[in-house]
Amino acid sequence: MSKISYLSATLVCLAGFFGIVAPANAQSGDVNIYSYRQPELIAPLLDTFTAETGINTRVLNLSDGILERMQAEGRNSPADVILTVDIGRLVGIKDGGITQAVESSLIDGNIPSQYRDKEGHWFGLTTRGRVVYAARDRVEQNDITYAELADPKWEGRICTRSGQHAYNIALFASIIAHEGEAAAETWLSGVKNNLARKPTGNDRAQAQAIFSGECDLALGNTYYVGLMRTNEENPEQKEWEKSIKVLFPDTLGRGTHVNLSGMAMAKYAPNRENALALMEFLSSAKAQEIYAEQVFEYPVKPGSKPSALVQSFGTIKPDDLDLETIAHFRAAASQLVDKVGFND
Amino acid sequence: MAVAKQKSMGKALQAFPHSYRWDGLSIATILVAALVALPIVTLIVVAFSGNTENLVRLGSTILPRATATTLILLAGLAVLTGFVGALSAWLVTFFEFPGRRIFSWALVLPLAVPTYISAYAFVEFFGFTGPLQTLVRTLFGFTSARDYWFPEIRNLGGAVLVLSLVLYPYVYLSVRALFFLQGRRAIEAGEVLGASHSRILTKILLPLARPALALGIILALMEAINDIGAIEYLGVQTLTFSIFSVWVNQNDIAGSAQIALVLLVLVFGLILGERFARRGQRYSEVGGGSTTGPFKRYDLTGAGKWGAFIGCTLPVALGFGVPFFVLGFYAQRYLTRGFDEKLISAIFTSVGLAGIAALITVLVALLLSYTVRVKGTKPINALVRFASIGYAMPGTIIALGIFLPLARFDNIVDGYMRDWLGISTGLLITGSGATLVYAYVVRFMVIAEGSIDGGFKKISTSLDMAAYCYGKGRLQTLREILLPLMRPAIATAALLVFIDSLKELSATLMLRPFGIETLAIYVHDLASRGRIEQASVASLIIMLVGVIPVIVLTRTTLRDH
Repeated sequence: MSKISYLSATLVCLAGFFGIVAPANAQSGDVNIYSYRQPELIAPLLDTFTAETGINTRVLNLSDGILERMQAEGRNSPADVILTVDIGRLVGIKDGGITQAVESSLIDGNIPSQYRDKEGHWFGLTTRGRVVYAARDRVEQNDITYAELADPKWEGRICTRSGQHAYNIALFASIIAHEGEAAAETWLSGVKNNLARKPTGNDRAQAQAIFSGECDLALGNTYYVGLMRTNEENPEQKEWEKSIKVLFPDTLGRGTHVNLSGMAMAKYAPNRENALALMEFLSSAKAQEIYAEQVFEYPVKPGSKPSALVQSFGTIKPDDLDLETIAHFRAAASQLVDKVGFND
Repeated sequence: MAVAKQKSMGKALQAFPHSYRWDGLSIATILVAALVALPIVTLIVVAFSGNTENLVRLGSTILPRATATTLILLAGLAVLTGFVGALSAWLVTFFEFPGRRIFSWALVLPLAVPTYISAYAFVEFFGFTGPLQTLVRTLFGFTSARDYWFPEIRNLGGAVLVLSLVLYPYVYLSVRALFFLQGRRAIEAGEVLGASHSRILTKILLPLARPALALGIILALMEAINDIGAIEYLGVQTLTFSIFSVWVNQNDIAGSAQIALVLLVLVFGLILGERFARRGQRYSEVGGGSTTGPFKRYDLTGAGKWGAFIGCTLPVALGFGVPFFVLGFYAQRYLTRGFDEKLISAIFTSVGLAGIAALITVLVALLLSYTVRVKGTKPINALVRFASIGYAMPGTIIALGIFLPLARFDNIVDGYMRDWLGISTGLLITGSGATLVYAYVVRFMVIAEGSIDGGFKKISTSLDMAAYCYGKGRLQTLREILLPLMRPAIATAALLVFIDSLKELSATLMLRPFGIETLAIYVHDLASRGRIEQASVASLIIMLVGVIPVIVLTRTTLRDH
């Protein structure tokens, strides 16, 4: 090749490079969201927000490392708000110093104080129960307790996703908080001994395993039942849902373990006004209704009702254990999972 | 014999007058290698920033089991990828049987299937609702999974199988290239001595192919170690899984970096052990070009013919056919609904990023390998080895090691610009796709380096000496003599990096800025929404875009004579 063709090839490459690299810089006038939430679950809310306010939203779905990323980005971070699930993560991003306090009488009026950070760094948007899915045709009882899951009568009959998943970690943390570490260890070993298979798949896969007959009981979040029952994209999930019934554990005792989905304002939010508008919108009655009707989560705003579908499971009695206590025992719960070899 | 111990020749080259000078080549190499090594160095710093409390506690709980699981996984993979890769390379290089020409490139196809997609497809195919179990139930009238036994894919054995079936092409490619260049002479020598095919294979060809076999297996093992998607989906608790639970659930990033380093030491041990075992040997052709005249293949007949046919069909059918079938089944349900605009732009982004990454990685690998060739000084050698180890780290972890120093650099530049000029440059690098290119270069350097280093090693250093004697400079020698001979190795390196960048998910997920969505991200988003049909279309495109260069490459550079 001649020098000229080398040169032109280089130029073409460089042009291509910047063509791909360039469009990435942050724009103002929108709201930039770093999110751990499944895109499908927040899309209807963001669409409504844009329709009402004219403010565009841009979402970056991440699966890990929001904290480390934003710490490194520092004051140049493009993120305005963080959307996440799990109380542990909400507490974690505040402790990691990437959030700022928000004062809004609107939010304070919409969200009960037990679902808000005391200093205003984060607030909850919805709750979800960690319940038991039971095989409709093989499990007769309609009540259950978490303690009972360790009972040998369920040997080889329980399924669950990985013990290290945030949803299970939060549940195990609540057991440690209530009963202490030693009792929690005995309990977790008991549950492990009752497993029908190694922990694997997501919550929906556990419903599928009940459908296929591999197990009779499974741990799962409440909203997945609604998502499966109304799934037009993958109608086979409707069959899975038909094979299970929802049991709320400890209804007669301390109540069912619930976890939060929530949000926080980024410490260096470049579009603070828009971000606040989004936060206030998501706490409003309208957004809470979308959460309830389309995503099947429990709204936190007093007066907003869960969807009829979710109400058909029965009434949830939430465990009123302080959420930050659960976050506090998270690491201990994760270590316990390793200690009893829950996933092995 | 083609295996020659050329120690004396290597020494002579090293003693060449300008070898030990600090010249532009050394300095460029050191700078580039340092850039490639930066993420690992960052992670070492992170690991030492915390206490070892978690590591010690894990040592008494999950680490021994996780280490054992990891080692069993690696051992299984080494055996299976080595067996499938070497056997198929042997068959298509030396024998004539039905479909041989097609197999020679089709055997590479599973490489285009990302491990996370392969795991998903295998679970679907062999799972309760998949075609096989449905058939079993229909035939025998079963209704529940408890009525019958069926092999489980979601366990350690399943992981060995699933990963081997998409990773064996690394072994196949490197072993086949070596057989092709040097095997014929060896086989002729064996024939003269009256040895059988199997004896020639075990006594001559496999020892000859040992560096290539080792390289292919090590690449496969490193890819298995850095994998988290497939491993997690198949429910296997490897060390990689522990890295994540320590980081995400126990908020101990230092602890997880420590486990990642333990893993790295394991890999280093493997590589060094293999190198030590064949120390002092150089595997280059003594007498220059070897492939003149027609390449004679043995015609197989009867059982041998169909055995070879089945032996080559199985890896392709399972490694590529099963994912293709499963995804195709879902994709055809979606295709009637038209094409998504975002998919088109994701294709351009992915192909562009992967193309740029392949180009840069190959250039850097050429620089590093060539410096090692002409200088061969120990520090440079060690630095180059160290720089290319990022592939054995989980993508998310190496992504952290990339992001932290780059973001710091961005913020320092921004700080100066604000102070001096009153303008903000923002996140110059981490706010753009350049971070992704950097990540791919760091992650896949070892693949390009292995192929190009192998290419250099096959060319006797006496050629360099001859060129120097004719007054050619080093760069001139490289450009006019070595590079033309290296074309297959360069093309293979570029192909592998291109395909791997196209498939890359975990680092991309963590590092991409707003506005850049690759095909892998597109698949991930749709799959997590449960839009399996739509995700399948994009997955098929990843596979097909990867297939095109495979075919082009094997038809041009590796073409049979």
